Amino acid sequence: MPTSPRITTQKEYFMKHTISILVENHAGVLSRISGLFARRGFNIHSLAVGVTENEKVSRITIVAEGDDYTLEQIEKQLNKLIDIIKVRSVKGSELLSRELMLIKVTCTAVQRPELIAIAELCGAKISDVSKETVTLELSDNEARITTFEELLKPYGIREIARTGFIALQKGSGSISS
Amino acid sequence: MSNVSNKSKQITAARALVNCLALEKVSTVFGYPGAAICPFYDELSKSNIEHILVRHEANAGHAASGYARITGKAAVCIATSGPGATNLITAIATAYMDSIPMICITGQVNTDQIGKDVFQEADITGAVESFVKHSFLIKDAQDLPETVRKAFYIASTGRPGPVLLDIPIDVLRTDIDFDNVKYMEQVDIRGYKPNFHGNKLQIKRVIEAIETADKPLICAGGGLFNREAYKLMRQFAEHADIPVISTMMGISALPTEHPLYYGMIGMHGKGIANRAINNCDLLILLGARVNDRAVLALKNNDSLKVIHIDIDPAEIGKNLPASIPVVGDLRAVLEQLLEQLPKKKHENWKKLLKTDTGSDTLDMPSKTDKINPKQFINILNRLLPEESVIVADVGQNQIWTANNISLSEHGRFITSGGMGTMGYSVPAAIGAKKAAPEKEVIAICGDGSFQMQMMELATAIQHNINIKIIIMKNNRLGMVRELQQNLYNNNCTAVNLDGSPDFVKIAAAYGINGDYVTDIKQADKALITLLASKKPYLLQINIDENEKTM
Repeated sequence: MPTSPRITTQKEYFMKHTISILVENHAGVLSRISGLFARRGFNIHSLAVGVTENEKVSRITIVAEGDDYTLEQIEKQLNKLIDIIKVRSVKGSELLSRELMLIKVTCTAVQRPELIAIAELCGAKISDVSKETVTLELSDNEARITTFEELLKPYGIREIARTGFIALQKGSGSISS
Repeated sequence: MSNVSNKSKQITAARALVNCLALEKVSTVFGYPGAAICPFYDELSKSNIEHILVRHEANAGHAASGYARITGKAAVCIATSGPGATNLITAIATAYMDSIPMICITGQVNTDQIGKDVFQEADITGAVESFVKHSFLIKDAQDLPETVRKAFYIASTGRPGPVLLDIPIDVLRTDIDFDNVKYMEQVDIRGYKPNFHGNKLQIKRVIEAIETADKPLICAGGGLFNREAYKLMRQFAEHADIPVISTMMGISALPTEHPLYYGMIGMHGKGIANRAINNCDLLILLGARVNDRAVLALKNNDSLKVIHIDIDPAEIGKNLPASIPVVGDLRAVLEQLLEQLPKKKHENWKKLLKTDTGSDTLDMPSKTDKINPKQFINILNRLLPEESVIVADVGQNQIWTANNISLSEHGRFITSGGMGTMGYSVPAAIGAKKAAPEKEVIAICGDGSFQMQMMELATAIQHNINIKIIIMKNNRLGMVRELQQNLYNNNCTAVNLDGSPDFVKIAAAYGINGDYVTDIKQADKALITLLASKKPYLLQINIDENEKTM
């Protein structure tokens, strides 16, 4: 959790918003968006970019922190950027949200069966094995990823890489509708 | 421009850029050349477009800003790569803060050298990121015409602002197909669809609020100068009998002597305007973003209803919560409102404002060896032609002018409102005069700000641009000095301008006539000479170094 320089109440501090953004797929767009967040003092928790069904359009998913005023300003300021086609912030309950985590843990041959059991329990995959480590991958929502990480902590975490969250609306609705 | 224009033909991108400017009806541009932009200058010289050579790139931007504010259309400034482009940044930021439509063309190093830190390379699109409405680095010459078209469209529609076009020299030299007819086709940018008309339901709510308000007040902002919306604001205010105050940017939206006008609000505004905003029950913000210096006056007033009409949705609710937000083009929204606006009378409210007991009397005693600036501006008001443009610089001179200048319905007040950029007045006056040669254009500045722009005297002389300059000389950075007196225990440091030259002699060195005013009795005669001059003219008026802003 990045520390916020703003003095806010505990409740506000944890208020995370997922913002889906469709943008023109050309150079410089990401820098305009990240620059805007930095300049206006909006705190980014995670950010993920990828191309959509239309190769000229990319989707950026940003999880940002702030109160309602901040969220409204974020959306309005993003909408002013010419390269942004659509901005939509979606409530957590209406969201299908996933993040991919790669996690390398210390693991001797004796410990391997235990680790495999945890992986199976959590729906993770063993991606790589060495004499003293195992690398696992898990794609899931925030709560389950956090639980998985907690379960692996006792083994000794060597390294973690996370993609940041991507999200779609649940049901038949889409960002453009 | 060639008559055989329907067929597309191969020309260099530099030539195409000149053609684009001609098709956008650009007749004057402001700039300063350098190696990377040379292919464009080569073609520009063969066109009918007039180029005004400034003496510093920032001033090309300020001149374009002054020009755009008078014409209401996007104005063009040009600089070369590297230091030329970075010098332009202050002017771009200044235009951005005041929402001025501007096209900034910068040269760039060869495409294959970008990112290699070659001679005079600067990542200007990166550097101006937070000061532009949008920017383009044109890497494919074939994209140039469409990009230029988009740039003009983006700069001049919605909330206006500067758009930067960065063009590598090899791109300028590349042959491309250019078709005049195709160029003029309508622009469509899927991520950019500014609102135009106000939401009908919101319009109805505005009308209802005006119907029921006892003490309504209009706050006029700089947005009113877009598409001459200020003319409709006047009809609106007169029809519903609503008093008007203005932000610094909104000065001259209503004639100063109009019975409904109560002056500028804010930290340095008129007491009566600030008291009006605290006593009204309905505040109607028109194209004003109510920044910190303006809104300082507004105390917590729970019963106050705020109508905020602005083209930029992000401004609504940013600094002040709005009870009735209306997003749209001010002119279009005012037209919608005028169709249904009730005829009202607010005699009691106006009487309350008139009998306002606060002291607003101008401190205007004559001095023996120095000039009272307020008194001087009052004499200027008496002599000023109806059609005048006053360009105030930044500092005490700006506030003295803003609070005391009297402009008719044909007059216009221009200043760097949002950014407070010193050195704006002379180049902006040059731009304004090019846009309206028939009008009297006067730059009023301090001796501090003048020394940030005095090289532009050469521009005025070289291009026969008949601007007038009044320097309020107090040998101080007066406003900072005042701040130091009030907040820093009277520790006045780095605000003494000792070593400044005799500005009348400086003017003379450029071949510009001028005079001194050291006694208020000389002011009439000096101003008559200044206004009668058919060439640039400069007045240096001596102000008491301890003269207060308010």
